[in-house]
Amino acid sequence: MDSLKGNVWLLGDDIDTDIIIPTEYLALKTVDDMKPYAFSPLRPELAEKIKEGDILVAGKNFGCGSSREQAPEIIKALGIKCVIAKSFARIFFRNSINNGLLLIEQDSLCDQVEEGDEITVAIGDYISHKGKTYPIVPLPDNLLEIINAGGLVNAMRRRNGLV
Amino acid sequence: MGMTMAEKIIAAAAGVESVKPGDIHTVEVDRLMSNDGTTHLTIDMFHNNIKNPKIADVSKLVWVVDHNVPSDSPKTAASHKKMRDFAKKHGITFYEGKGVCHQIMMEHHVRPGELIFGADSHTCAYGALGAFGTGVGCTDYLYAMVTGKSWVLVPETLRFNLSGSLPKGVYARDLILTIIGQIGANGANYKAMEFGGEGLAALTMSDRIAICNLCVEAGAKTALMEADDTALAYLKEHGREPKHVFSSDADAVFAKEYDIDLSFIKPVVAKPHFVDQVVDAKECAGIKIDEAFLGSCNNGRLEDLRVGAEILKGHKVHPLVRFLVVPASNTVYRQALEEGLLDIFMEAGAIVMNANCSVCWGSCQGVIGEGETLISTGTRNFKGRAGHADSYVYLASAATVTASAIQGEITTADRIS
Amino acid sequence: MGATMIEKIISNNVGKEAKAGDIVTVSVDRVMIHDIFIPFVAEKFEEMGFTELWDPDKVVLIYDHLIPASQVDDTRHFNAGNAFAQKYGMKHVHRSDGICHQLMTEAGYVKPGNIVFGTDSHTTTYGCVGAFSSGIGYTEMASILGTGTMWVKVPETIKVSIHGRLPENVMSKDIILKLIGDLGADGATYQALEFCGDTVEQMSVASRMTMANMAIEAGAKCALFMPDEKTAEYCEMTLTDKERSLRADEDAAYVRKITYQAEELVPVLACPSQVDNIKPVKELAKTEIDQVFIGSCTNGRLEDLMAAAEVLKGKKVAPFVKLIVTPASRSIYRQAAANGTLAILAEAGAMITHPGCGLCCGRAGGILTDGERVVATNNRNFLGRMGTSKVEIFLASPKTAAACAVAGKITEA
Repeated sequence: MDSLKGNVWLLGDDIDTDIIIPTEYLALKTVDDMKPYAFSPLRPELAEKIKEGDILVAGKNFGCGSSREQAPEIIKALGIKCVIAKSFARIFFRNSINNGLLLIEQDSLCDQVEEGDEITVAIGDYISHKGKTYPIVPLPDNLLEIINAGGLVNAMRRRNGLV
Repeated sequence: MGMTMAEKIIAAAAGVESVKPGDIHTVEVDRLMSNDGTTHLTIDMFHNNIKNPKIADVSKLVWVVDHNVPSDSPKTAASHKKMRDFAKKHGITFYEGKGVCHQIMMEHHVRPGELIFGADSHTCAYGALGAFGTGVGCTDYLYAMVTGKSWVLVPETLRFNLSGSLPKGVYARDLILTIIGQIGANGANYKAMEFGGEGLAALTMSDRIAICNLCVEAGAKTALMEADDTALAYLKEHGREPKHVFSSDADAVFAKEYDIDLSFIKPVVAKPHFVDQVVDAKECAGIKIDEAFLGSCNNGRLEDLRVGAEILKGHKVHPLVRFLVVPASNTVYRQALEEGLLDIFMEAGAIVMNANCSVCWGSCQGVIGEGETLISTGTRNFKGRAGHADSYVYLASAATVTASAIQGEITTADRIS
Repeated sequence: MGATMIEKIISNNVGKEAKAGDIVTVSVDRVMIHDIFIPFVAEKFEEMGFTELWDPDKVVLIYDHLIPASQVDDTRHFNAGNAFAQKYGMKHVHRSDGICHQLMTEAGYVKPGNIVFGTDSHTTTYGCVGAFSSGIGYTEMASILGTGTMWVKVPETIKVSIHGRLPENVMSKDIILKLIGDLGADGATYQALEFCGDTVEQMSVASRMTMANMAIEAGAKCALFMPDEKTAEYCEMTLTDKERSLRADEDAAYVRKITYQAEELVPVLACPSQVDNIKPVKELAKTEIDQVFIGSCTNGRLEDLMAAAEVLKGKKVAPFVKLIVTPASRSIYRQAAANGTLAILAEAGAMITHPGCGLCCGRAGGILTDGERVVATNNRNFLGRMGTSKVEIFLASPKTAAACAVAGKITEA
C-alpha cells in the first residue's frame, strides 16, 4: 500500500459545505477562481496558507450540507492530499470518492494532533503521529475501483471505451 | 414680464417677486428625497465633513431603499443598515422595500408648487404634479439637509404644446421617447421642459409621470406640467392639498416652443446605447431578445401593467425569454394583485418581483449576461446599464415590451393576435 | 425478518431482496438537476464520453437558485442548460416555475416507490410521497445520465413515531427541528429516517415535505413517509397494491427508534450557526431581529403562507423590520394570490418575490450584514449562509416567523 506524509491543518466538528465554499462564489467560472475563498467564513486566511501535500484533520460530520461538488474539488485543488475526520457527511463522501480525493475516517487522531504536526498515512492501513499509530478501515472494493480509476469520470471513460 | 412655471416656483422658494433665467437664487427646499443609491455616502459626509452636524428640518426628508431590494450582498446590506440606523436615530421618514422612490414620492409626498431635491436623476418626475423636482448629487443634498437651503440657477424653459390625442396602441412612453429622439440627449441641458396644451388634458397621471420622469434623458433640469383637474384629483385621492398651483403666464418667455400633435406619434424604440437613438419600433422588428422588463419609476404603474396584461392574456412568454414584471410600488402591487393582473403575468410564465428598481438599475435583479439583449420600459439604455458591459438594452413602451416577450424578438403589439 | 420501507423500495427496484448494508446498483426512475450545477453536469457528461441521455423523459432541469439572475455570469448557467436540453432532447425544463424540490412532487415527476436523485442535498424531500430520493454531486449525476443506474449502500433505518395532536402554534417544522436537535447534525448519517404514527398520518403532504426536506440536516440519506390516501390525492393517482405494500413490516429491523408525543412539543428555533442547535422559542423571547424570511423548499408552500397570513392578518410588520416572502412555486404563488393570502401579506408590508430559492441559497433575496439577525423558515443557518459570518440566522416555522415579524423580536405565535 502507498503512503503519504504531510503537515496538518486542524478543523473542528460539522465543517459544512457553506464554510468550505460559500454559495456566493459558486458562480465563479473555475475551481481555481473559487479556491481562494475556501473556508472563508470560518478561517479566511486558510486557503492562502495551505501548501501542496498538506493534510486536513477534522472532527465529526465533515462536509455536511449541500451537494456542491466544488467542496471536494476545491480541497483537492488547494493541494490537500487527504482529509482525515471522525466522520463524513454522505454526499460529500461520495463526491470526494468520485473526484479521487482520499477520505479517511478515524475517530481519535483529531483529538491528539495539533495544527502543523507531521503525520504519515499508510493508505488502507494506519496513520502514524509522534510515534503512535492509529488504525484505519479500508474502503469497500467498489469505491477503491473508482479511486484507482482516478475518479468517476475516468471510470466512465473506461466504460465508454475512451481509455 | 410674465414668468414660466419654473420661474414662479423658484421665485416663491427664494422669497422674491420675480426671477429670470440665468439668475442664481438661494432657495428654501421643500422636500429632500434620497435612496440607497447614494445615501450611505451622504451619511458618511454628514459624520466626517461637517462640524456639529444637524438636520435643519427632519420633516422634509424622505429616504427610500429601493435600488437593491431585497439586498443582494453583504455590501448592499451594510449600506442599507447604515441608512436604516440613521433614519431610525433621527426620525426620518423611511421606506424600505415599499417601491421605487419616485413612485412613493408621487403617492405620498409631492405637492404642486414645491421645490424638491432628490439624490436621483429621475426626480424630475414630480413635475407631473406641478412640482419642481430636480436631481442632485450627495454634496448638494447634504448641504440642503443640514441648512434647509440651496442655490438654484434659474433655467430657461422649453415649452411643449401638445394637441390631439395618442392613437390606440401608442403610449406616453412613445411620446417622450420621440421627443427625446427629436431634441437629443442634451437638447434640454440645464433647461426646464414644460408641457401644456389641450393634448395634455387627456393624459392620465401615469402618462404624465412617465413623460416628466424621462426628461432628464434629454438633459433637463426639471420637467413641469400645470396641476390641472386630473392632477388635483390624484392629489385629493392620495389625501393631500397643493402647496400652490402655478401656471406659466401668457406672456412668459420660453427659450423655444414645440407644437406636437399626439395623433402622429407611433410606437418607437430607443436603441443601444443612448436614449435619443429613437427609431420607429418596426425598424427593430426581428431583433432577438433574452429578457424583457416591465417596470420602473417610468413604466411600472398599474396602467402600464394593465397594458401588458391585456396583451399577454391568452399567450405565453417565449420559453427562452425571461420576462420580469416589477410593480413600481407596494400599492401598485396590491392593486395589480386585486385586479388579477399579476395572475395573468404568472400564468403566462413571467417573473413577477417585489416592488423595486430591478434591472432598470441593473445591479441585482435580473441582470443580463454577456452578449444578451434586453427590451425594457426602464429609464436608460446606456452601455452596461443592465448587466454585462457587452450587452444591449432597447427601451420601449409596456405594449412593445410585452409583445416582444411573447415573440422572443422585438415586435409591436399589433403583431400579436 | 421483515423489511423497512427503504429495504422494500430498493428490493422492488433491483428485483431481489436487499438488506441494510448491501451494496446494490439501482435503476433510477427520475433525476433532477438545477441551474447551479447544470454547466458542470454537462461538462462531465461529455467528458465521460456519453453521447445520449439514458432516457430524456426521466431528466428534469430546473432553474431556481439563480432566478432572477443577480450576477452577470449567472446567465451562463441558463445558456448551458438551454444548450444541453436542446442537444439531448430534454423535454422537462422549468426556467422560472419555482424551487426544484417543490416542482418535482407538485408537477408529478415523483411517485411513491420511485428512486430519484438530484444535484441538491435537499432532494430527500420526495420521501414525503414515499419515494427514495437523495442528493448527489454533479459527477455522479453525469454518470446516471449516461447509464440510468447508480450504486447505493442500502441504509439502516431510524424509526421516528409521533403520536397525538400538535399544539396550535407548533408545526411540522418544529417536529423536524426537535428531531435534528435530538439526533445531532450527524445523528442519521448514511441512514434512512422513517416517519410514522397518527400525527404523521393526519399531516398534509406539504407538512410531511417540510420534514423530509430537512432529513439531510441530521445527515440522513433519505426520509420516508408511508404512501396513503393523502399521498394518492396529492399525486393525483390511485395507489396500487405494490405502492400500498411499501409500509414497513412490523418486525423490520431498526437501528434506533424514537417516539414523540405531539402535545409535549413546543415551537423551537435552530440557533446560530448549526441546525442542531435547537432551543424553545420562549428561551430566546424578546431577542431583537432585523429581518424575517418566509419561503424555501422547506416552508414556502401554500399552507405555510396561509399560516403566516393568519398571524399577520390586520397587523403590520414591525417598523424597520423587513419581511420577505418567497413562495416555493409559480402554482403556489397563484393559489396564494387567488385565495387572498398574498394580499394579506402585502398589506402587512411584506415584500413578495418571485418563486425560487431566494435568500435560502444566499446569493440574493435579502442578504444581511454584520450584527444583523434574521428569523427564517428555510433549512440551513450555517455561518455565512445569508451574508457575513457575523449574521445570526434562526430557523423557525412559518407561524413563529410571522409572529416575530410583527413583534420585531423573537416570540411565539
